[in-house]
Amino acid sequence: MENIQVQEEDIRPPLPPGPVKWMRDNLFNNWFNSILTVVLLPLVFFALVNSILWVFTEADWRVVTQFPLLYAVGQYPRDELWRVGIGLSAIIFFLGASWGKWGGLLRPISIAVGIFFAVSALLPVQHPALTLSMRSYLGANVLLLLLGNWIGRNKLLNGIYIIIGWVIVPIVFVFLLTGIRGSETLPSVATTFWGGLLVTFLLSAGGIILSFPIGVALALGRRSTLPVVKGFSIIFIETVRGVPLITILFMFSIILALFLPQDSRIDRLIRALMGITFFSAAYTAENVRGGLQAVSSGQIEAAKAVGMNGFQTMLFIVLPQALRAVLPAIVGQFIALFKDTTLVVIVGINDLLGIGRSIINSDPEFVQLQMEVYIFIAVIYWIFSYLMSMASSRLESALGVSTRL
Amino acid sequence: MTITTEPIIVCKDVHKWYDEFHALKGVNMEVKKGEVIVIFGPSGSGKSTFIRTLNRLEEHQRGTIIIDGIELGHDVRNIERIRMETGMVFQQFNLFPHLTVMQNITLAPIWVRKWPKDKAEKVGMELLERVGIPEQARKFPGQLSGGQQQRVAIARALAMQPKIMLFDEPTSALDPEMIKEVLDAMIELAKSGMTMLVVTHEMGFARAVADRMYFFDYGNIVESGTPQEIFKAPKEDRTKLFLSQILQH
Repeated sequence: MENIQVQEEDIRPPLPPGPVKWMRDNLFNNWFNSILTVVLLPLVFFALVNSILWVFTEADWRVVTQFPLLYAVGQYPRDELWRVGIGLSAIIFFLGASWGKWGGLLRPISIAVGIFFAVSALLPVQHPALTLSMRSYLGANVLLLLLGNWIGRNKLLNGIYIIIGWVIVPIVFVFLLTGIRGSETLPSVATTFWGGLLVTFLLSAGGIILSFPIGVALALGRRSTLPVVKGFSIIFIETVRGVPLITILFMFSIILALFLPQDSRIDRLIRALMGITFFSAAYTAENVRGGLQAVSSGQIEAAKAVGMNGFQTMLFIVLPQALRAVLPAIVGQFIALFKDTTLVVIVGINDLLGIGRSIINSDPEFVQLQMEVYIFIAVIYWIFSYLMSMASSRLESALGVSTRL
Repeated sequence: MTITTEPIIVCKDVHKWYDEFHALKGVNMEVKKGEVIVIFGPSGSGKSTFIRTLNRLEEHQRGTIIIDGIELGHDVRNIERIRMETGMVFQQFNLFPHLTVMQNITLAPIWVRKWPKDKAEKVGMELLERVGIPEQARKFPGQLSGGQQQRVAIARALAMQPKIMLFDEPTSALDPEMIKEVLDAMIELAKSGMTMLVVTHEMGFARAVADRMYFFDYGNIVESGTPQEIFKAPKEDRTKLFLSQILQH
């Protein structure tokens, strides 16, 4: 067989078209498209120029720049701001450590965070919020990020400790924010004072982290052979999916409070979080169920044939493949959840959007400037949604969603 | 070959229905340790169903199946014990696509047999060498050819150190040029004294290593005998017809 040689002719792929050819192919390839191009191109151009002009000349960004702390943490007592600071710094430290340890998408995120803090610390403007101590705090966070990176890169901290850190930090953070009732050093801060981006993050991160395991459990429950488990799962999923999120939020914030005795009332932020979590869990369950159905019966048979029990088959064979298959759908749903947290405004929680609205309403002068506020908030939402979607596509390629059969 | 007289598989009057359809109509079979059994027959004759009842991938509704002294019934522990002793190779390979070749092989030994990871990987590497693809250990199943995947599947089944190996049409989904590499691995296994039940139409394989052959049709055994008896002088007309059809080309 060795003397058989396949003759390969050297045929190159065609060269990419030049700009003139490209325009003729894509913009002026027939008379209708030519008209469309001639009409739309100037329109797009004017819209673009006008938007840029508006952003840099006409818009009055004072509504944004005057209240950075309000957007960040709402009415959280300024004397107790150090609690938010410690929590934020701990997150930044572990972000740095994870960046050093695993790299990947964490690298650009960490660098962006670092640049944001460095620029804020060194901003060459006079601003009442940018006191010297605030500037040093912001600068210290950059150092903390780099320290974390150094520790992670030199493997001074085992990967498992970084993961444990990620579990503990949010719990400690929430505990710090809440405080202890009657304490001198750590007085409790009612959640009515919490607000801004802090609340948006708490609600969406909490909703995502809590709804995921509940959703997986419901998806498994729906496929269970035990009638009670199956029935409960179906009723839960179909009820929650059949009701708008606003209704659920109302139910949890008003009706739940009415039914429970006065002194055992659950905090309203937790009530909102419960509503968001249950809502998201029902949708996660349906997504995961789709993934479970996509795993072929041959996989389950093969797992059984080598002696694995039902639990092992589910854990090692079915769930990994099911979750991998529906990862894009689940991330899409989490992005939607992140944006849907704005609905808590309706039950009186001042998340980022709520703070924006209170700022607009606080001064008749600001009512003229609501465009600026909403654009600022939209940009913030866009940045974090885009980050999530980027993380998802990185994760997809790492897990080989489209390549590994 | 070490054929002792004690039967390792005993099937008596095995029946199986899919709703109204009577798929197995009272199959009787005894297999001794170290025997290589080839089961063949037209599609829909119940041969795959039968082999799948032996490790309870299909439930039989009447009759008894005793594997290595354990009766297959509704007792989950018995089923799991029997599955630990019987390896199975499928037509569609059924490798776990999200795990590497080595992880495919070591998953069950680690979690079912509770072996330490290095022992499982050492055994896994030996098995990959035995089926001739040690260099593929770190790849994912999707990166291998069909023949290589099926050899991984054989290694995966052997990793549990089973006493019996079941093959359900192991070469039917393969390109012709890859059938040989899988059959070679199976012949080597047969010669090492493994008890094997093979559903296949590879008559060359049957001639080379089978101790007995069973011809299935309409949910039951029509005829059985040594390969010589079956090929030279089939007694039943249906066997003759079927053999003439598959041996013609």
